[in-house]
This record gives sequence, C-alpha cells and structure tokens, in this order.
Amino acid sequence: MTTKNMAPLIEKEQIDLLERLSNACGILSDVGEIRKIVLESIKPYCDDVHVDALGNVLAIRKAQQPDALRVMVAAHMDEVGFMVIEKEEGGLFRMLAVGGIDSRYLPGKPVLAGKDHIPGVIGAKPIHLMKKDEMKNTMELEDLRLDVGPDGGDKVKPGDPVYFATKFQQVGPSLMGKALDDRLGVASLISLIQHTPANIELLAAFTVQEEIGLRGARVAAYAFNPDLAIVMDSTPSYDLPTWDGSENIYYNTKLDAGPAIYVADTGTLSDPRLLQHLFKVASENNIPYQIRQPGKGGTDAGSIHRQRAGIPSVSISVPGRYAHSPVMISRFNDWKNTLTLVHTALAEMPKNILQRN
Amino acid sequence: MIDIKEFLNDLLSLPGLSAYEEPARKKISETWEPFVDEMHVSPIGSLHALSRGVGGEPRPKILLACHMDAIGMMVTGIEDGFLRFTEVGGIDHRLLPGMRVNVHGKRDLPGVIVMPRAELLPEDNSTGPVEMKYLFIDTGLLPEETTSLVKIGDLVSFAQEPSELPNEVIMGHTLDNRVSVAAVTICLEELKRVSHDWDVWAVATVQEEETLGGGLTSPFAIRPDLAIAIDVTFAKGPGASDYRTFPLGKGVTLGIGSNIHPGFRKAVKEVADKLEIPTHDEFLPLYSGTDALAMQIVGEGIATLVLGIPLRYMHTPVEMVAMKDIQRAGRLMAAFIAGLPHDFMQRLHWDD
Repeated sequence: MTTKNMAPLIEKEQIDLLERLSNACGILSDVGEIRKIVLESIKPYCDDVHVDALGNVLAIRKAQQPDALRVMVAAHMDEVGFMVIEKEEGGLFRMLAVGGIDSRYLPGKPVLAGKDHIPGVIGAKPIHLMKKDEMKNTMELEDLRLDVGPDGGDKVKPGDPVYFATKFQQVGPSLMGKALDDRLGVASLISLIQHTPANIELLAAFTVQEEIGLRGARVAAYAFNPDLAIVMDSTPSYDLPTWDGSENIYYNTKLDAGPAIYVADTGTLSDPRLLQHLFKVASENNIPYQIRQPGKGGTDAGSIHRQRAGIPSVSISVPGRYAHSPVMISRFNDWKNTLTLVHTALAEMPKNILQRN
Repeated sequence: MIDIKEFLNDLLSLPGLSAYEEPARKKISETWEPFVDEMHVSPIGSLHALSRGVGGEPRPKILLACHMDAIGMMVTGIEDGFLRFTEVGGIDHRLLPGMRVNVHGKRDLPGVIVMPRAELLPEDNSTGPVEMKYLFIDTGLLPEETTSLVKIGDLVSFAQEPSELPNEVIMGHTLDNRVSVAAVTICLEELKRVSHDWDVWAVATVQEEETLGGGLTSPFAIRPDLAIAIDVTFAKGPGASDYRTFPLGKGVTLGIGSNIHPGFRKAVKEVADKLEIPTHDEFLPLYSGTDALAMQIVGEGIATLVLGIPLRYMHTPVEMVAMKDIQRAGRLMAAFIAGLPHDFMQRLHWDD
C-alpha cells in the first residue's frame, strides 16, 4: 500500500463533522461544545485522552513500532467572539471583543448569546437618522449593543459569551462558515487521529485560548514534551483585486493554491529541517502547496517552539478569506491537500529528521 | 384564521426589490384572495385588492397603502469573479462587510459582502469604513463560474433569515415594510367578517424606497376619498432616542404634519382610544418618508394619514418589530373602516 492511499480522505462524513464544528461555538477556554465533538470523535482511536487544567484536549495515539518519533500536532478549538460585560435596559447589553475582531464587521449582524444560543443582533442606528459626517466613522464596539429583543433581557447575563450566528454552507468548491479558523484544523487533526501513520507517536493537542495569546498550546507542549511539533491552523487569504487593478502583492496566501506553509510570522521562524521535509514530500507526491508570505500573524507554534528546552516547530494552514469575520470562505481542495500533506509528511518522516550534519 | 406570523415569515423570505416586486406580489395576492372581491395589478406592478362595501352608490372609497418593495443591491461590475455593486434604496455601507446576501443571477447564488485589506485600497480609504464602491460580493464560486452566472444589473437581496425573539418580536430584513402588508392582511380578514359601508382598496405599492412610484400612481387609478400609508417608523434603541423614536411593542404611531389631514387623524385617534389601542404622536412637519407624501398630491388631492409601526434598526438586515404592534395597526384600521359613516367626507372639515 502506498502512503497516498493511507491518507485520510475527506468525504461526506468529514464535511458533516466540519459543519458541526463550524456551527458549534466556543471562545477562550469555554469551548465545551467543541470539546464534546472532539472527544466523541477520537476516543475509540486513542491510547490516552485527557482534558487538562486549561481545557485543552490532549490525546495520544502510540506508534506501531518502537522508538518512534513523538510528534505533537496542534489545532485550536477556540474562535473569536465577545463577552457580555454589562446589562442595560430593554434587552440591551455591552460587549467586549475576545480575539482580534475588526469592528467594521459588526453592525447589522446576527449573533448568538450564552450557552443556550439566544438569538440576538448587533444593531445599528438607521441611516435615516444619521448625519452625513457620522457615516465617515467606524461604528466601534463600545458604541454598539447586543440586542436580544426588548423582552429578552433575562435570558442573557454579563459573563455570557457571544458568537457570530452563521450557519455553515458548502457552496461549489467552497466551505463558507464562521470559525473555519481553526475548526478546519480541528477536523483535520481528528482525521489524523483516526488514520495515524504507524511510524510516529501522535500527540494531538486540541488547544484553547489561541486567539488571545497561544496559552493552551504552551502548557500542552510542556505536558507532551514532543520531539517536534506541527501546527494546523487557518491563515488569511487577501487574494482580492486591488482597487486600481495593479498587481496584488499583499495576498498573504491565495485560495486554490494549496496548503500554506509558514516560513516566518510574528511569533515563529519555522524549523528549516521540517520545512525541507515538507517541500520534499509535497513535490515527490505532487501535493500542491504555497509559502505563506512571511509577515504578521501567528499560530500556536509561537508558544510551542519556545517551550522546555525548545521544540522544533512548523505551521501549515488551510488558506481562508475573511478570517475573524462572520463568514469565512475556504476551498475544499485546499483542505484536502493540507490533510494529505501533513499525513504524508508524518508517514514519510525519517527517524533522523532532526539530526544535524 | 390566517396564521399571520407564518405569512409574514414566508413573505420575509421572498425577494422583491424595488421594481422587481413580483415574488412578494404573488404571495400577497394568494393570501389576500379569500378576503377580497376583486384584484388587479397596476401597469407598474402595484397590487390593488377591493373589499367591497355595502353602502349605496356613489360609494366612498378608502385606500390602504403598504409598500411591498425591499431595499437591496444591484451588480455593477465583475472583477476576477468578485462582484461590485451599488445600493437599491438607502443602505449604510458600514453595515455591509460580513453580510450574507443572495445574488439573483441565472440562479440564486449565496454570497457574502467583503472588504479588501487596507493595502488593496486607495490611501484615502485605507482606514475607517470602506466605501461601497470598494466592497465586493464573494460567491465562493470559481471566477469563471461566477462570470457565467451573473451579469451587470442583476439584483442582490439580504439573506438574513427571519427569526423570533422573546415575546413575539420578529427579527429579519425587509420588515420595512412587509410588516405593514401583514397589518393590512389582518385588516382585510377582519373586514371580511364585519360589514362596512365603504369600499376598501388594499394596495401593496411598488418602488416606495426609490421613486414613490406606487404611491403616486395607485391613488390615481383608484381615486380614493381617504388614503392611509401604513409604514414602519423608528423604534427607540441604541443610537435612536430623540423625538422621532417610539418604544418597540408599545403601540402604533399616528403622524402629525404636512402629509396628514388633521380631521382624518382625529377620527382615527378616537377609534384607537375607544379600543384602548395605544398610539403615539409622530411629528412629521415637513414630509413623511412614506407613500403618503405621494398619495396626498395625486389628482385633486387626497386626505391622507400616516400610520406607523415602530421598528428597530431600519434598513439593516436585522430589523425588529413586535407582532403586537402589527396586530394593533391591523385592528385599528379595520375598526375605523367598519365605523366609517357613508357621509364621513361631508363631515370631514378643517377645524377653523
């Protein structure tokens, strides 16, 4: 059997799983809905599973050969959202952003509040009552309110989480939904656990608090003490036309161009040995890939590679447009190729990958 | 009895941008059919439905105008499969990024409105709200597929599904002004059961959001003695608290101002008080942003009234209205009409 045939396929079952994960809600460590889906999906396949003090799900699937490389693969469960901080009259509440959210995405959007997913909206002053000059200003979160209806005030309380209310859709070649950052990674990691290559010990970390400081990954990496780490995340594609038709040189990544391999971002310089291995595996197996434009942004690798005495790390993301907004768009093919690349890279990982000449 | 919430829910899910009201009109005409004696469609698309009165000839006529057109967008260009667009009706461009829409191409395509990052925009628009002309719609399809399915001039509707909040508050898009269509429907159903002297012309007007086309033309065809524009008005809410705003779910508004005949208003107010339907005075000194503005000056002039249903977040996809206020508007119109004496016009005079 070739390694390619062993790579997990993405079929209806995996897309249904992604749909459930995208529609599920969780910020910070408050990711119970996602944790539940993860645990029920991986338990039968793991040699050990536990939930740690921060809320990470840490799962181990042992190798089927001795002295195997111990590889940590991480994907974060938390999404960006809000927390209710103050109750006002008549079903209105003030909110705080949790994670990096551009306020320009907020007015006029439907949201869900609290564990019971109480429907609400982030409203906006009617255009009819707006002065011309006001239209030039961004409506900042402090000026906006969660509104669950004039008689809904008792159903929500300060401390409750608030999420974008977006239902997942598969549209042509695309996956559209909220929180594809990083439920795509979570779904991929679940598949890897279900189809772990025999030659490695898989240390799977479904992390929390990525969006507010990579905290879950930090303690997960300490606990696992792996030989190396691969982070599976989602990275922005800014591959839109420029206003004047000039070449877009600020795209970061492009949809349909394959998995995005990180060389350098704000938090991490990827380990060159792991990079070389990924490039080699991709070209030998005809798996398309792209290099994410070095620059701002980051993943759990930022905290993992500096844990303990140092953990060689690399990140691979599914490219996605409109991250941290109510609706993201990623391509099915990019997801499939990302999973294939990571699986093949693990299956073909030489025991001496970290050896220096 | 008709399930008015279900009707409204269905109606809210149908497109019907100004000048393209057909899907809404079809649903409304099916729903009104059992309650009226005749129906026809005006040359520009307004639906005219007659609930015939029992009074002797010449029988006076009242027109109830509720506009059925929706605001939305229209495709103006296609670049690498991304759609440029402009507005139909007044839309604050700051609401648009991240909004889900339906593009009515060769088939309906789901899409999302997106803003390019600052580096892809001209320097003078690289911070703050992105102007509408720099926003795109992304359909999620490959560029060649979008280009083959969509052309310039195609319409775009909001895709927000309606939902219900506690105590029968409805949330969704195009509550402006489909809730008034629901109120008129309640009135027609009531008038089917109650004898009335006057002929009642229920009119679902077109193009209110752009040209007031329906409001100007339907009264010309019908030549009513009285006309009511039923439309939404501003509910109090975040950013909206001045004299132009009214509490949500706490009653309807009766306009006071240049488009409103004071004697007509007084008669309606008396009925509301008798039925204990709460009303608020809505001051519209210069003009009302409703069909009344047009209807009043049709032909030799018509005595008009503005009946308002408070709504939060007007012209956003997340408008909110209380079912209670819709019911109140419907009941008030029906009770007023049922009690209209044959010689009301002779008694209607200026208070001077």
